[in-house]
Amino acid sequence: MSKGSIKPAKFFVDRYGLETGKLAETMGRALGNRVDYMDLYCEYRINDAISLEEGIVKKGNRNISQGVGVRANSEEKTGFAYSDEISLRQIESAAGTAKWITESGVSAGRVPVGISRSRIKDLYPLSSPVSEISFGERVTLLQKMDRIARAYDSRIKKVMVSFSSEHKIIYILTSDGNEVEDIQPLTRLNITCIAEDGTERQVGTFGGGGREGFSKFTDGNLFEVYAREAARQAIVNLGAEPSPAGTMDVVLGPGWPGILLHEAIGHGLEGDFNRKKTSAFSDRIGQKVASPLCTIVDDGTIKGRRGSLNIDDEGTETQRTVLIEKGVLKGYLQDKLNARLMKMAPTGNGRRESFAHIPMPRMTNTYMLPGPHKKEEIISSVKRGLYAVSFGGGQVDITNGKFVFSTSEAYLIENGKVGRPVKGATLIGNGPDVLTRVSMVADDLELDSGVGTCGKDGQSVPVGVGLPTIRIDGLTVGGSSI
Amino acid sequence: MIDPSTGEELLKKARKKGATEADLVMVESRSFDVRVRLGKLEQISQAEGKKLGLRLFFGKRTSISATSDFSAESLESLLSQTCDMARAAEEDPFSGLPPAEEMVKKIPDLDLDDPDLDLFKVEEKISIAKRTEEAALSFSPEIGNSEGAEFSHSRSHIWYMNSHGFHGDFPSASSSISVSPIAKRNGEMQRDYWFSYGRKHKKLDSPEAVGKRAAERALARLGARKIKTCEAPVIFDPEMAGGLLGTLFSAVAGSSLYRGASFLVGRLGSSVASSMVNITDDGTIPGGPGSRPFDGEGLPVSPHSVIENGVLVNYLLDSYSARKLNMKSTGNASRSIGDGPSAGCFNFFMKPGKPSSKEIISSVKSGLYLTETIGFGINLATGDYSRGAAGYWIENGALAYPVEEITIAGNLKDMLLNIEMVGSDLEMRSSISAPTIKISKMIIAGS
Repeated sequence: MSKGSIKPAKFFVDRYGLETGKLAETMGRALGNRVDYMDLYCEYRINDAISLEEGIVKKGNRNISQGVGVRANSEEKTGFAYSDEISLRQIESAAGTAKWITESGVSAGRVPVGISRSRIKDLYPLSSPVSEISFGERVTLLQKMDRIARAYDSRIKKVMVSFSSEHKIIYILTSDGNEVEDIQPLTRLNITCIAEDGTERQVGTFGGGGREGFSKFTDGNLFEVYAREAARQAIVNLGAEPSPAGTMDVVLGPGWPGILLHEAIGHGLEGDFNRKKTSAFSDRIGQKVASPLCTIVDDGTIKGRRGSLNIDDEGTETQRTVLIEKGVLKGYLQDKLNARLMKMAPTGNGRRESFAHIPMPRMTNTYMLPGPHKKEEIISSVKRGLYAVSFGGGQVDITNGKFVFSTSEAYLIENGKVGRPVKGATLIGNGPDVLTRVSMVADDLELDSGVGTCGKDGQSVPVGVGLPTIRIDGLTVGGSSI
Repeated sequence: MIDPSTGEELLKKARKKGATEADLVMVESRSFDVRVRLGKLEQISQAEGKKLGLRLFFGKRTSISATSDFSAESLESLLSQTCDMARAAEEDPFSGLPPAEEMVKKIPDLDLDDPDLDLFKVEEKISIAKRTEEAALSFSPEIGNSEGAEFSHSRSHIWYMNSHGFHGDFPSASSSISVSPIAKRNGEMQRDYWFSYGRKHKKLDSPEAVGKRAAERALARLGARKIKTCEAPVIFDPEMAGGLLGTLFSAVAGSSLYRGASFLVGRLGSSVASSMVNITDDGTIPGGPGSRPFDGEGLPVSPHSVIENGVLVNYLLDSYSARKLNMKSTGNASRSIGDGPSAGCFNFFMKPGKPSSKEIISSVKSGLYLTETIGFGINLATGDYSRGAAGYWIENGALAYPVEEITIAGNLKDMLLNIEMVGSDLEMRSSISAPTIKISKMIIAGS
């Protein structure tokens, strides 16, 4: 299917006069004979955003960003330079800086820059670029959602809706002879409601998106679902009591609570931490790290998902990587540098926030496969515990494995029944330990609605998570009531 | 180098195309970063960039755009798109620039630049990073690994201009040293870090001091335990107290207030914290990490007391949030390139009290000395606070053993009122800073 626009390689030739032959020549000159790997990454990106607040769309934003990053690797060393002027002259100068690291390098042999074009899959075919969605259409959608949320309950006092889109064109040339290009669309619709009742004030948020066009939200009734969901959550939280604190059994609902996997397991399986042996999972491949009910994969190849990519930011095709199979640690997530140093294969997980950032091993869509249980039997198996439906966010310390996440919608479970809503619950645990406590896994796997953004070393990239309903025995719950 | 007339021309063209008001910000920057790990050079990176941000008003309709493409053709096309967006936006009666007569008259020189950086040789920079890591690694045989040490710096020049004819610009710089050593004992690993940050590289703490402090912090975490769920006093070390102050800033910032998303809405003039608490924002400190010669809308920057003896005396506002709240801007507009201004803080700090941190610790019979929080469990609208935590358990006035995998919880309203000691150890290590503080009680959840 057509992207409705010209091919990226041609885009960069037309706009900046970057011809493959000349680029390869420049890179070849810069390479000398002491570099293991070198690549250049050209990016042109249009970000659009509008937001509605207090019933009006107060402003529109457009941000155009362009630039080129040049990187050289020699052993474990990385030299990197970038500029937001895309020109041969800048690339030549950046390449000069990048190879600074090679002065003391030892690798041998001139690296040939062959030019072979990868054929790639297309996980996000769109008929027209997301940057061409009319401003008027965006405004209308936001206004509709504002009305729907306010109509949900008279206690909904404030509504904020935002829609953002990204149209990103990338072109990658690598010293291992690969020339790849991609156009990566990304859209996101989000709504936040503030409900008030007397002096009490609570927030509800919902949103979603992916590498899909505007019609994802408007063709069906998805925008209505989002609006009602945010309003519902705010109203539920109005009646919520402070969460009890202590150790209890926790049931995680399907979908977004999969952030637990991302935080507790995923980061610890990224190649860089394991090469440096700073991860709680270092040297543990083949060992049992989870209950046999747990099989966890990272899959960058699901059509239209927020975490999906045709190719990663080093030009490697994305794939489905099994991380944990029936409780046994199977693999790490790799970029080229760490794969080479660990003598493993790249897994298509080398990602960067932009041309101004260095690629690192990062997750794509990380989820647990469904299990044998039913959601109802899981809930009814818990005598006193917490049922966490949605989370605000989470964080992990890779080295000691400790993770934390905060619920945005949660209920107490009493005698096998879902009871009163609670607010302010924080779950804390230990990555290598938590999955050994998974005692039940349901058959209801869901992927999240497309809201995840992962931060690592100051770089943000879009990711997806997913989970069936699961039961975890004995997790520490932080709350303000004893 | 950016030609400032690029901006002036663009503003003129915007007016010709029908914009009633407009402003523009341009930034040019150069940065350098070197990282070493286990004594070897690991990463070196260098960057240069420039960006332009444009904001247009068509009456009460607003649009904002930004670009890093300065070609005449590209700027022309962006201007047209920005005009179209503004015309399609809805009217916001509170939008607009601050009045022309309020623009800063004389731009002060706050000594924010560090021209010496250009004379610095790459070898010297690598050596600073190496010395920092070496100081950490050699501190103890139990420091067995490292995530590396980094030295980085940047210099930039910022221009702000608007359709009132205001034009201001200033240079600025910053440097930092940091290191993350890993301590190991009996199969347990703990990582910690330390850093030094400032406007002038010559004023940073020595690489040796930074490395040693990081190693001490990582080592002290070994052998951490969980504790039983309880209610107890919590002492926030200066880093953690600074984090709490950052949350407090969000609660007094204009955008949270007019959105009703702060627990301090409508509390101006009332006691919101213990009478020991005094908090100020002062962007005029020469060489200060957050100092600015004028704010993101061209208004003068001046010191503001925010909490005085526990009483909330000022919110921090930009002109938009001020108009929404029917107040006056405090000159706190902070402007990013790709977005409009919103209220920010410059050097936001809690004034030091009398007791030393040691005296504060010795006042606790049984409680937590907090050195780390993780997670995002703060609800600014309600003040609910619940976060993952690590630190040391205090027994009979002394640090007894490290603790981890716990959470601390409470409500910010109570936490501020329950500050019962404020330490003497304020250091302005970053733009938000605080001394050690003691909160009389919080819920600590463990096993």
